Amino acid sequence: MIAGVISSISTVRDPDWDVQVTGLYKRFGDFVALNGIELNIRRGEFFGLLGPSGCGKTTLLRILAGLEMADAGEVVIRGRPVGHLPAHQRNVNTVFQSYALFPFMTVEDNVAFGLRMRGVRGEALRKRVAAALELVEIADLAGRKPRELSGGQQQRVALARALVNEPEVLLLDEPLSALDAKLRKQLQVQLCELQRRLGMTFIFVTHDQEEALVTSDRVAVMRAGRIEQVGLIDEVYERPATAFVADFLGASNLIEGIACGTDCVDTPLGKLKVLGIPASSGPVQLAIRPEKIQLSRSAWDLLPNQVPVWVENLIYTGAENQYLLRTNQGQQLKATALNTDIEDTGFEIGAALVAHLPPKSLIRLRPDPRQEETGC
Amino acid sequence: MLRLLFPTGKRIPSSGQAQVRFGELLTPWQELGRSLIFAGPGVLWVMVFLVLPGLLLLVYSFLSRGEFGQVQLPLTLENYLRILGFGPLGWTPIYWQILGRSLLVAGVTTFFCVLLAYPLAFFIAAHPPRQRELLLTLVVVPFWTNLVIRTYAWMVVLAPEGWPARLAAWLGWIPPQAALYPSWLAVYLGMVYTFLPYMVLPLYTAVERIDWRLAEAARDLYAKGWQVFWWVLLPQTLPGLTAGLILVGIPAFGMFVVPDLLGGSKTLLIGNVIQLQFGSSLDYPFGAALSFLVTGLTLGLIYAYSRYVGTRSLENLV
Repeated sequence: MIAGVISSISTVRDPDWDVQVTGLYKRFGDFVALNGIELNIRRGEFFGLLGPSGCGKTTLLRILAGLEMADAGEVVIRGRPVGHLPAHQRNVNTVFQSYALFPFMTVEDNVAFGLRMRGVRGEALRKRVAAALELVEIADLAGRKPRELSGGQQQRVALARALVNEPEVLLLDEPLSALDAKLRKQLQVQLCELQRRLGMTFIFVTHDQEEALVTSDRVAVMRAGRIEQVGLIDEVYERPATAFVADFLGASNLIEGIACGTDCVDTPLGKLKVLGIPASSGPVQLAIRPEKIQLSRSAWDLLPNQVPVWVENLIYTGAENQYLLRTNQGQQLKATALNTDIEDTGFEIGAALVAHLPPKSLIRLRPDPRQEETGC
Repeated sequence: MLRLLFPTGKRIPSSGQAQVRFGELLTPWQELGRSLIFAGPGVLWVMVFLVLPGLLLLVYSFLSRGEFGQVQLPLTLENYLRILGFGPLGWTPIYWQILGRSLLVAGVTTFFCVLLAYPLAFFIAAHPPRQRELLLTLVVVPFWTNLVIRTYAWMVVLAPEGWPARLAAWLGWIPPQAALYPSWLAVYLGMVYTFLPYMVLPLYTAVERIDWRLAEAARDLYAKGWQVFWWVLLPQTLPGLTAGLILVGIPAFGMFVVPDLLGGSKTLLIGNVIQLQFGSSLDYPFGAALSFLVTGLTLGLIYAYSRYVGTRSLENLV
């Protein structure tokens, strides 16, 4: 599993890779923004760059765009090293977080800008601009100024302005963050559809884990200038490599323990059966998603990993119930249950329950390198 | 009626009358009072010291000059006809020439101010805030001294003993021991020097407000250096440029101190001519007519500019 996490570090020039990033390093003064980024992105992939603010995801995107130069490392786009090229010589375009539309130009002129700079004129220009406006469904706004548009419409103009150039890679820097929740959800889906239709490589920066899951094929989770994990979205969600990923992408229960034999971990919750643990593992950190924990008023027959708990707090969110559980040893556990049948899955505060932690849902985490480094 | 005003014994202004402005409840009368208090003194000042003398001047421009320079009847159009060229000695284009020359001087001065101020504004805006303050202070330092004194200082600089004149003599451009003034070069040096700060300050304000993210967007969309400036940065500075053009162009058109001291008689501009009428010539009616012609011409130019360039570029930036 750990080998799988590191597998993306291969530097072979594969024609399938649209973007290859190797050894990228960037610092601003004393602040190390990127610390050895290795990343390969497939052609036609919707790739999410996910992480908390300040993790370096926007810096990485700006380096891909040529708006920032890396201190070390190389960026290869479609087999061509571009690390030394300024932005206007790279065949990539960006949708900026602020949109950065030109306020003194009409929507049409905004969209035509990139083509004009490349010498496209006349009928060809008119046709391509019209097609781009049509693509994002704002053909009727062509003559307007950006200030006359709503946030969602401005976002579409920014998208059209980038797409019309038919870039090799489209970079999107939190393009939906300024919109309200409902519109954002709509546009997430539309963005996905658009990307599939065009077959263009999209690199999408976001700090919103749900947005990343909705839109992306694969994600890289970043933390403090490093990539913590890369993989398909379900892979990263189901098998988080580190405690950080487990916690950042959705919620997780983290459980510390020591191996007590093959597939056995001794934890504060008792001895748990966990798959894929050699007897000699030593200290082990486990994670389990709240929705994987099953709850019942009475114990199951023949199931391992049953822990007696009581309900300390309950949050009702409509679709699901979120339980804060406490074991007899004082350990906290979060569990969620879909609100399919309030009679069956609804438990009151103070209820004594049995929590079942299925062995296949207990994930062994990679130890945090930073803790090792500093834990001397 | 009483019921309406005092529905519960206490007066509550109905919503159609009083308005809440920034949290303050004001009746229309109170608002009018505020307007009078705030605008009154300024309006009064302008009325007494600008509009009334202006009207007096307008009347003067249709009167005649007496033998000893007094303003007297009869009413006449002669002053205006004289400007148009119908003088007592037959037709002469002298005032047309002076007007044209003045417009040219104002235009060239403004052009060089723009040319010098743009890079300077960008240069200052590129510095960290504290250094910017210092640089801006240096730009306005000339204002600390009177214009006439500064112009005399230019005469010292351009005198035969000064190194610019010696350099020019050494290069064979002027005879040895000659001064660089009076000359057109000296006039333009003085004019551009005098008006440059009026162009730099508004331009700097505009440059400082430039949204550089737009420059990044332009680069991302394949624009090269000059294209970024022309298509994305320049449009953002147009409000500052407009202010600078007005602040430099209009006073430069009417300037008389600098051309008088550094230019000599060959560089007679409309400002000098007007000054002469109110000075040694003692011809107030003719000076008044010239003043109104200049004012009208200036207003016409501003109108044309705002009509065809100004408002369009300004409204685009709002």
